[in-house]
Amino acid sequence: MTVAWQDVTEGTELPELALPPVTRATLALFAGASGDHNPIHIDRDVAESAGLDDVFAHGMLSMAYLGRLLTGWAPQDRLRSYEVRFGAITPVHGRPVCTGTVTRIDEIGGEQIADLDLRVTLEDGTVTLTGTARVALS
Amino acid sequence: MQRQRFIGMSTGTFETVAERGRLRFFAEVIGDTDPIRTDLEAARAAGYDDLPVPPTFLMGLDAERPDGFAYLAEMGVDLRHVLHGTQAFDYHRVAVANEPLTYRSRIDDVFEKSGGALQFIVRTVEVRDAADAPVADLRSTIIERRPRSAA
Repeated sequence: MTVAWQDVTEGTELPELALPPVTRATLALFAGASGDHNPIHIDRDVAESAGLDDVFAHGMLSMAYLGRLLTGWAPQDRLRSYEVRFGAITPVHGRPVCTGTVTRIDEIGGEQIADLDLRVTLEDGTVTLTGTARVALS
Repeated sequence: MQRQRFIGMSTGTFETVAERGRLRFFAEVIGDTDPIRTDLEAARAAGYDDLPVPPTFLMGLDAERPDGFAYLAEMGVDLRHVLHGTQAFDYHRVAVANEPLTYRSRIDDVFEKSGGALQFIVRTVEVRDAADAPVADLRSTIIERRPRSAA
C-alpha cells in the first residue's frame, strides 16, 4: 500500500494527488465535517459584505488534501510533523494538485527521518499552499 | 500595539472526542477512500484501537470549543477579514475516535506588518489524552487584513 522505504532517497517525489474542482457543495460539507463554520467560505452574502466577489475555499481543505498525499504515501503513525503556509486563496471551481518531494534524510533520535517539501498548485500555476513534513522511515 | 496585552491569554480548555461518524463524514468530503478511515476492522488491522483521526482533523475539533471565535471578538477582530496564515502540527502519537482529548490553548504572539494593515495572531493548542500524555501540539497564525480606512 505504501512506499518501499529502502527506495526513498533525497529527491524522491511522492505520487501526485490531483483533486476534482472545488464546488460550493464541497465547501458547505467541509464546513460541517471540519468544524470551521466561518461563513466567509459558505455564504456569498457574507463574502460580498467583506468586499469579495465570492466565497473561497477553507485553507484547511487544501491542507486536508495534502494530508491525504502524506498518509497515502506513509502510514499516519510515521508522520512526526506537518506544517503549511497559506499563500493564495483557492477560488470556487479551482482544481488543487498536491505534490511533495523528499529534500533530506537524517537520523534523528534513532529514527531515519525524511524531510518533505510540499505544495498545492492550481491549474493556472498559482501556488496556494507550501509546506513541510517529517516522516519516519524506520 | 494595543493587542500585545492579549499575549499569554488563555483561549480555553475543554474536553472533546472525535466521533466515528464525523471522521467518516470528513473522509468522504475530502475523498479519502482508505478503509482505515471508515472501517473499524481495517483500522484495527492497521494497529489502531479505533478509527485514526486524520492529521488535520485535530484543528477542526478545536474550532468546536464553546464560543470558538469568542477570543477574536474579544480582541476586536472582524471574522470577515481573517485569513489563515500558517498551520503547524507536531505529532506525539495518532489520536483515535472516541478517546477523550483535552485541548488547552492560548495566544502566543501578536504582531503587525505593513504599518498595521496586516495584524497577526499566533495561537498554540496542546492536545492531551486521558492519561495527560501529549498527543499533538498545534500552532496557527491568523492574519486580519484591516480595510485601508481603519488601518
